[in-house]
Amino acid sequence: MADIKLPAAKVEELKEVCKKFNNEPGELINVLHAAQELFGYLPAEVQEVVANEMNVSVAHVYGVVTFYSFFSMIPKGEHPISICMGTACYVRGAEKVLDEFKRHLDVKVGETTEDGKFSISCLRCVGACGLAPVVTVGEKVYGRIAPEDVKGILAEYM
Amino acid sequence: MEIVQLTIDNKKVVVEKGTTILEAAKSIGVDIPTLCYMKLHDTNFENKPGGCRVCVVEVEGRRNLAPSCKSTCEEGMKINTHSVRVVNARRTVMELILSDHPFECLVCAKSGDCELQSLAQNLGIREVKYQGEKNKYKSDESPAIIREMEKCIMCRRCETACNDVQTVGVLSAINRGFESVVAPAFEMDLDHSTCTFCGQCVAVCPTGALTERDSSSKVMDAIVDPNKTVIVNTAPAVRAALGEEFGMDAGTLVTGKMVSALRKLGFDHVFDTDFAADLTIMEEGTELLGRLGKHLAGDKDVKLPILTSCCPGWVNFFEHQFPDMLDIPSTAKSPQQMFGAIAKTYFADQLEKKREDVVVVSVMPCLAKKYECSRDEFKVDGDPDVNLSISTRELAQMIRNANLNFEALEDDDFDQPMGESTGAAVIFGTTGGVIEAAVRTAYEVHTKKTLERLDFEELRGMEGIRSATIDFDGLPINIGIAHGLGNARKLLEDIKAGKSEFHAIEIMACPGGCIGGGGQPYHHGDVEILKKRQRAIYEEDKGKILRKSHENPFIQKLYKEFLGEPCGEKSHELLHTHYYDKKKKIEI
Ligand code: SF4
Ligand code: SF4
Ligand code: SF4
Ligand code: FES
Ligand code: FES
Repeated sequence: MADIKLPAAKVEELKEVCKKFNNEPGELINVLHAAQELFGYLPAEVQEVVANEMNVSVAHVYGVVTFYSFFSMIPKGEHPISICMGTACYVRGAEKVLDEFKRHLDVKVGETTEDGKFSISCLRCVGACGLAPVVTVGEKVYGRIAPEDVKGILAEYM
Repeated sequence: MEIVQLTIDNKKVVVEKGTTILEAAKSIGVDIPTLCYMKLHDTNFENKPGGCRVCVVEVEGRRNLAPSCKSTCEEGMKINTHSVRVVNARRTVMELILSDHPFECLVCAKSGDCELQSLAQNLGIREVKYQGEKNKYKSDESPAIIREMEKCIMCRRCETACNDVQTVGVLSAINRGFESVVAPAFEMDLDHSTCTFCGQCVAVCPTGALTERDSSSKVMDAIVDPNKTVIVNTAPAVRAALGEEFGMDAGTLVTGKMVSALRKLGFDHVFDTDFAADLTIMEEGTELLGRLGKHLAGDKDVKLPILTSCCPGWVNFFEHQFPDMLDIPSTAKSPQQMFGAIAKTYFADQLEKKREDVVVVSVMPCLAKKYECSRDEFKVDGDPDVNLSISTRELAQMIRNANLNFEALEDDDFDQPMGESTGAAVIFGTTGGVIEAAVRTAYEVHTKKTLERLDFEELRGMEGIRSATIDFDGLPINIGIAHGLGNARKLLEDIKAGKSEFHAIEIMACPGGCIGGGGQPYHHGDVEILKKRQRAIYEEDKGKILRKSHENPFIQKLYKEFLGEPCGEKSHELLHTHYYDKKKKIEI
């Protein structure tokens, strides 16, 4: 298991989140969503705290986390890259762009590069269909991206 | 009661509303094959995910086949359980399951006892048309249990056993689709989880995905080593089940044949764990009376109830789940560990052997004992009191390896001194037995009177939680019994809340007690098998001349020559233990 210690204040916040949902086991998915927002990802410790608070087994929490692809146990990179896979972007070649990012960084979707610099995730329509295909790096939005542009984008952050 | 009438395979059947088609069929002797479904009547084990669809039947007038384990009977239904359509559907389902299953039957530990294998045989599967990608998982080997998830068919029986029955919650389905599998949190090894090693997941797994760690070849290595004296001891529940492995009826007592087989296998001394069970009663019973006396005298530091501690699955459970209550269980070691401690001191001295040259092997109905004998506190300078613990099933395998004709073996007797035991020790093998044995001795020690009635029917049975009050000559003693860890949890929560009226509680991790242990011959969902084993155990008790632990002459001799007093200094050193807080602390 990863050797990460959570800051106490954050843990209190997490407990508050659980309480907001009445520590109700049926609300586990919502709690995990909120927890992911809080921490950016769901490390083992976070799942253990949630299990404890909600009075369900850690195995069950882990089962839910691994079942839904939008939950991640890996921290995002310093520069999180998101590729829109909405319909408009998809038909305009988002997948090729994604492949190019994966090839350059040698990671899969949901993973982070070893140096912790970049991570790749996929999004549903981000509401910028006119610019399709769309890629975001951190807060910055790139439109009409072709596979050839990928190298240049990455270079901005190296 | 509302009633529905229907026909199954042209036979009329009347059942209570709500009955499943599967159960209705069973009531008129029609067997429908099942795979994921399993129900252990009279316990709270029921696994009904309705996922495999092996149990489908045809309902006249319906377009789709119905899974009989999940579908309830309706008025006027006409059901066919083996039409061509049904059989073809079952075969397709099987072929799909087998397309992601390793073809390792020849070398699989479960071969011959595997529900998937026998179903494939019954359906006459001779080739698998769908050849898909096969899953690979990292395998997990703890001191007690091996997980080989390539062989998992996702029936989820193990989850039901661990989560619903035992309330340990180690296992969960993880991932989705093709990748899905049952695993502990973060796919850690069982060893690092809160697993109790009760083995109930192994007991219900239909395939070879969950099996015990097999130590039988290590046992054979010790036997052939000329420098080692190998001592074996057999737990009470083993003799009531071993025969099943050789086609004998459940509940056939095979004590004599078992001793004979062990001798033929080459063990130097064939002893009985029951001897150590009598010793456990001496220690636990004395501890109970001591705590009771102090408590009644008003000593607030002495807590009641006292909980039995002879089941290592249960010990693991409270160490993980109730670490703030470690002072309530008796400190007495389990019979297995008492046996080892005496064998490697008292008996080794008699043999004039060094403890390292003595190998103690125990044959247990239990997988938690494999873990137990690996615990550090049960070792002296790294040498374990019990070297190897094998299950009833592993012993059966050793007997088959040696090609012994088990049924034809002559009865033989245990060796002395550690082969003598009383009826009180035999009943350790079933739920209710340990506390009944303790009552027989504690009553006589406390009242100094002879117990007239030895059969405490009020303590026997299969109900998950039972209670009775026994009159100790004017002093009413309240006794509680729980088997299955979920039931144990309820009694513990009561104690925690200060609501418990009990003076003493017996707890066994496995449903039925050790007769239903994780190392016993597979029951395949038939609870009658457990009941027959239970009856056999009480029968053996009845047939014994001595039925109270303190009357065992070799136990008396052991105290006189070696131990001194029950709960005395030497006993404390050799026969008592302490418990550890194993609750995982979340670091912040
Ligand atoms: S051995 Fe018992 S506690 Fe461990 S996983 Fe199996 S059922 Fe759960
Ligand atoms: S491990 Fe065994 S009991 Fe558990 S889901 Fe797989 S096949 Fe079923
Ligand atoms: S009840 Fe018996 S078989 Fe089951 S874990 Fe306890 S000691 Fe082992
Ligand atoms: S589909 Fe990509 S922005 Fe709408
Ligand atoms: S046995 Fe009925 S669906 Fe599996």
